[in-house]
Amino acid sequence: MLENAWVIPAIPIASFFLILFFGKRFPSKGASIGVLALCACFVLSLATAYQWVQREGTLPVEHAPAAGHAAEKTDDHAAEKTDDHAAEADEHAEEADEHAEDNGAPGTTAAVNDEDVAHDEEAVQGEPEGELKRAPVVNSVRWFEIGGIEVEAGILIDGLSVALLVVVSTISLLVHLFSTEYLRDDRRKTHYFAALSLFTSGMFILVTSSNTLQMLFGWELMGLCSFMLIGHWWEDKENSSAALKAFFTTRTGDIGLLVGVSMLFFIAGNTFDVGTINANALAGRIDEGLLTVAACALLVAVIGKSAQFPLHTWLPDAMAGPTPVSALIHAATMVVAGVFLIARLYGVFWHGFDLGAGDGYSPVAMVGGVTVIIAALLAFVQADIKKVLAYSTVSQLGYMVMALGVGAWTAGVFHLFTHAFFKACLFLGAGSVAHSGSHHSFDMKADMGGLKKHMPITYATFVIASLALAGIPPLAGFWSKDEILVGASANGYPLFLWVGVIGAFMTAAYMTRCVYLTFHGEPRGAAAHHHPHESPWPITVPLVVLAALSVVAGLLNAVAFDIDLFADWFEPQFVSNVVTHHGFDGKLALLGTTAGVLGIVTSGLYYFRNFGPRRVTERSAVARAGYTFLANKYYLDRLYTDGVVGGIKGPLARLAYWINQNVIDGIVNGAGALAGVLGRFSYNVIDQRVIDGAVNGAGVSAEAGGSALRTIQTGRVQQYAAVLFGAVVVFAVALWQFT
Amino acid sequence: MLLNQFLFLSAVLFCCGIYGVLARKNGVLVLMSVELILNAVNLNLVAFGTYNHTVAGQVFALFVIAIAAAEVGVGLAIVLLIFRNRRSVDLTEADLMKG
Repeated sequence: MLENAWVIPAIPIASFFLILFFGKRFPSKGASIGVLALCACFVLSLATAYQWVQREGTLPVEHAPAAGHAAEKTDDHAAEKTDDHAAEADEHAEEADEHAEDNGAPGTTAAVNDEDVAHDEEAVQGEPEGELKRAPVVNSVRWFEIGGIEVEAGILIDGLSVALLVVVSTISLLVHLFSTEYLRDDRRKTHYFAALSLFTSGMFILVTSSNTLQMLFGWELMGLCSFMLIGHWWEDKENSSAALKAFFTTRTGDIGLLVGVSMLFFIAGNTFDVGTINANALAGRIDEGLLTVAACALLVAVIGKSAQFPLHTWLPDAMAGPTPVSALIHAATMVVAGVFLIARLYGVFWHGFDLGAGDGYSPVAMVGGVTVIIAALLAFVQADIKKVLAYSTVSQLGYMVMALGVGAWTAGVFHLFTHAFFKACLFLGAGSVAHSGSHHSFDMKADMGGLKKHMPITYATFVIASLALAGIPPLAGFWSKDEILVGASANGYPLFLWVGVIGAFMTAAYMTRCVYLTFHGEPRGAAAHHHPHESPWPITVPLVVLAALSVVAGLLNAVAFDIDLFADWFEPQFVSNVVTHHGFDGKLALLGTTAGVLGIVTSGLYYFRNFGPRRVTERSAVARAGYTFLANKYYLDRLYTDGVVGGIKGPLARLAYWINQNVIDGIVNGAGALAGVLGRFSYNVIDQRVIDGAVNGAGVSAEAGGSALRTIQTGRVQQYAAVLFGAVVVFAVALWQFT
Repeated sequence: MLLNQFLFLSAVLFCCGIYGVLARKNGVLVLMSVELILNAVNLNLVAFGTYNHTVAGQVFALFVIAIAAAEVGVGLAIVLLIFRNRRSVDLTEADLMKG
């Protein structure tokens, strides 16, 4: 299965075409095809994960750069050199190992036992020496060859892809199931499910691809599908502009990806291969300056796709799409792609931004940290439940990027993993509320409240997922968030530790507000007038499954109980070589949990107990100004539409007008005049003389020939016979004479 | 057996036939002349066949006789129709195909 994992992206593509061409003939309008295809993907992903976990580790982990760090602070230049040599030695060892693996790798069982023993000895001091990681499985074919460079298309299955495969297929399957009910009578149901399939396959292509060019392909495929799905109800101008906004904003970032991929191709030695790029980057075989520029370009792509500050503005607007799409975009695909990109090309980021330096600052972490705070603040002023969740996603993506930026690879990917479950649960919960509780309204302040007793399952799952998001132990969010805090603190980024703690406080607070406004208090608007009821099973089953996963997913890497299965299974060897693992830190866990609990309590007191100042915005000018500032989303949209777009639009339009008047009209007029001259020439000379001459000449000569020949056509049979006889005589004489 | 006597007879017959075809105006006589030509040919075929001790010449002569019968049937029918239309079988008058 590991070598043949390419079928996992292939299935949804096939299902896309099936639904598109034949979907309308099915009673379900193609929904059943999509659900079945995703079932197959889910099963295959689990099989892949199982085989991956069963695979024996063959690559040793060597902490060469870690040794270099101490030296690096004293003498940068020398340290770099040692680094290079050590890493090159690594490379050789790695190659040798790969050969050994090909030959069957005898003696791995002994190594595994070693690992267990060593593990008990040092749980806190990072990974034990001699630990073996599973070798990635690469299976590729030649895609095309251009200018002597062979470009391959193929799959790279390592821990990261396996983890993402499981997450994406699980969420996508549940979203498909949810959609069958949520869009039961939609007029474009067939197109919806077709796009959903293609969307999923785009993510599968991205996570399994073995080269950056193919990643670009999956990346853009998702961009296209998100455009189609966000603008699914394009009859409303608002929805289609949201789709356009999402498309253009992410396209802005995509330029970074194009530049980054092209740069990496040239600086990493004419290759698109992910493994080679990472190995070359980590071995220091790439010029530092160029690598930093490439990493910056890729970071721009991440900012666009993963909705990081300052390009996060498209994500809340993307809520215009159907709710299951929001869940899919926010939990498992699209926005996760940016985080995945950092994790996949970690060698480039690690070396390009020198993440291992531990100097308290890195551009990646800075982007993530700023996003955590600003997005969380925005979540407080939203009335739309989906927008609260959207800003929450932006904020949590900030956490992931921050974690990757402080060198805590496993923490970042682990947070991606756990976040997928509870965020999907929250979105689907919001969808359930709108579907059955508030009559298709998402406005918490106008149309919700008091839904707790009408929708017990939705309520319970929503609360569990909210608690998981707030980082309350022992739910999933706690473990991953805690690991990020530990990583930030232990890797020498104290600033981001505090960013994380403040973010945790705000997350807990706005989620409490969201739960209160939706489910508690007096019913308002549609919730009061439209007979809210619990949703049917295709909606509640995904909710329950996701809530259960939100509870248990974190236990995969519950370092407090000495479980680090996630790191063991899913952390690739090239990452293990550079990152340091840190054990459980009780103080930080307490700090994070306290922040979360404090957030819940503060917000809870304010909303549930009516405690604290009311109508602050009406009484205090400062608070009102702050509220207006937040309600206008820091005026970023205004800046983009008026400042950037408007600033470019006017001069661009004038330039275009000038070009139109002078260049294009000149060309057109010149072409017209030239055509006139050519036309007259062709009429007078070519047509009148040459062609007419030829035609008339043919006629005249035919007439002359005819009148000459008609004289011999007498109509007298006997003359013809005489000619015939004469000819025979002539031939006979000739035959007789010349043979 | 002397071959040249037969060949001489055949040549005389052929020349008579050619003269008739080219010079006579009467359509029926032209058809009869055609028969003369064919029979000259038949004589040649049989003579050469016997000379070379093979029956092929006689076989071909039989073919020619059969086809000549068909030809004269068609030819006479045409002449008959010409006569019906024009009350004459003068071939020099039948020059509708004059260019």
